[in-house]
Amino acid sequence: MLEVSIRHRQGNFDLEAHFTAGQGLTALFGPSGSGKTSIVQIVAGLLKPDEGFVRFGDTVWTDTDNGRHVPAHRRRIGYVFQEARLFPHLTVRQNLDYAARFLPEARAGLGENRSRIASLLQIAHLLDRRPATLSGGEKQRVALGRALMARPRLLLMDEPLSALDHAIKAEILPDLERIRDVEGIPILYVSHSVAEIARLATRVISLDRGRVVSSGPQPAGVIEGAVVEGGEALGSFLAATVTGHLPEDELTAAACAAGTLYVRQVDVPPGTPLRLHVPANEVILATGPVDGLSALNRLSGEVLSVEDHANAVDVRVDCGGLPVLARITRLSARELGLKPGTAVHVLFKALSIGPDNLYRGA
Amino acid sequence: MDFSSDDWVAIALSLRVAAVAVAVSLPLGIAVAWLLSRRDFPGKTLLDGLVHLPLILPPVVTGYLLLVTFGRKGLLGPVLAEMGLVFSFRWTGAALAAGVMGFPLMVRAIRLSIDAVDRRLEAAAESLGAPPLGVFFTVTLPLALPGIVAGAILAFAKALGEFGATITFVSNIPGETQTIAALIYSYTQVPEGDGPAMRLTLVSIALSLGALAASELLARRVAARSSGAAHA
Repeated sequence: MLEVSIRHRQGNFDLEAHFTAGQGLTALFGPSGSGKTSIVQIVAGLLKPDEGFVRFGDTVWTDTDNGRHVPAHRRRIGYVFQEARLFPHLTVRQNLDYAARFLPEARAGLGENRSRIASLLQIAHLLDRRPATLSGGEKQRVALGRALMARPRLLLMDEPLSALDHAIKAEILPDLERIRDVEGIPILYVSHSVAEIARLATRVISLDRGRVVSSGPQPAGVIEGAVVEGGEALGSFLAATVTGHLPEDELTAAACAAGTLYVRQVDVPPGTPLRLHVPANEVILATGPVDGLSALNRLSGEVLSVEDHANAVDVRVDCGGLPVLARITRLSARELGLKPGTAVHVLFKALSIGPDNLYRGA
Repeated sequence: MDFSSDDWVAIALSLRVAAVAVAVSLPLGIAVAWLLSRRDFPGKTLLDGLVHLPLILPPVVTGYLLLVTFGRKGLLGPVLAEMGLVFSFRWTGAALAAGVMGFPLMVRAIRLSIDAVDRRLEAAAESLGAPPLGVFFTVTLPLALPGIVAGAILAFAKALGEFGATITFVSNIPGETQTIAALIYSYTQVPEGDGPAMRLTLVSIALSLGALAASELLARRVAARSSGAAHA
């Protein structure tokens, strides 16, 4: 169990954070500049906070009251950075074995551990290469492996996927899930990507301008119904529970707070929690009755807000407590006369939610 | 070209003096460069200035200061002599003068290359359990190697050509402190010395160019190895 309670002057704002993180993946979530990276550096011991303490299990890592500060190299952490930070003068194998030069714990069963981690992360064929010859995704996998090879008691990941393109992210996400579920090491994971957090996090700690604004287990945290903006396709997350399958039609039915949803068939038993990302571009709004339409997903709700953007209008609709975002043309918004309070139907096709946008809830 | 035995003695002596000067000053040069690059401490500017002093002072002044400090009756001379380390009028003194004169060039090159080592890699090493000395020897030093090689060879070339400080400190004694540069000077002081002086001048040019070429070659090889390009 990691316990953090710190205050740190940082640029033009004060960082103040009090939280705990246990088994599973605890996500530190917030926009850039909200102090996420500083918190991770303080936990790692690479940065000393102005005030406060960091405890891990029974060990006090930092306590400004009595001047205690365990240096980073004695904390037994694994740190995965945004950029892989592989040692360019060493081969992949030497990078993986690096911690064993210094940590007796990492030396025990080194070869065995290396083969296991190399196959877990599918990097066994890269062992004799040098970092300069690896692709971005391969580098980040090796960096993950190198951190695991230190047999850390705590894994810190600071936006490990943000420098990678979409396809490679999709490849590495399952690796992160495996690390979370198989290795059993508590993970503190920094990200500003709702999609990553929706998929990976056991608990979410939300930060804004240096303050913890919310924390709690998924899906009660910020993620449920969260609207994704920024780097990813604009859209909203819906939490649902699988209720059954329609094998002939290759569909899965799931219940959410707003009603029944149909999505591509997912191979999980009924009762499994599911999270789906509905791209705002794929959502159709209707003010009249909806009959004779092919779209399978039909929710009813009430317009929360209408926001005019450069080339489109973003409409937030409250569907039984779940906010759903629709991006429509200005013309449509005007013709439908949408304003807060308007009753609308929200429609989207089962096929408009790609396999990448369906996650098993943790 | 036929060299006299004096010439051969001077060439061998120059090479020995330069090699010893670089070998002894290199660890100190790396330590000082690392301090200047990676640490903030009171007196850093003073240390920086002191290191660079031989570069800007007239060599005669440096030589005289060495004489006053390390000479037989100098500040430290007698103490060091008791420990068996005598500099005055010995080849060791020539090596000391050469080392001091080459030191600023060496430190500058090494410091630049340590500056260029990504500190984020050092933080990564620390997170993987490496204590500060471990980080230095496994990450900083290997990545700064091209600059260290360049600095060492630059200092070697400077040491080969050192004249002013050497002759002031340890004079011009054949077989002991008479390096190539000092011998050229001696030749120019006697009639009929032009031919021998030109011969040694050519040797001097060849040695300097050789050192420069070696430095380029080594630096390139080391850079290729550390960036992994050799395996690409």
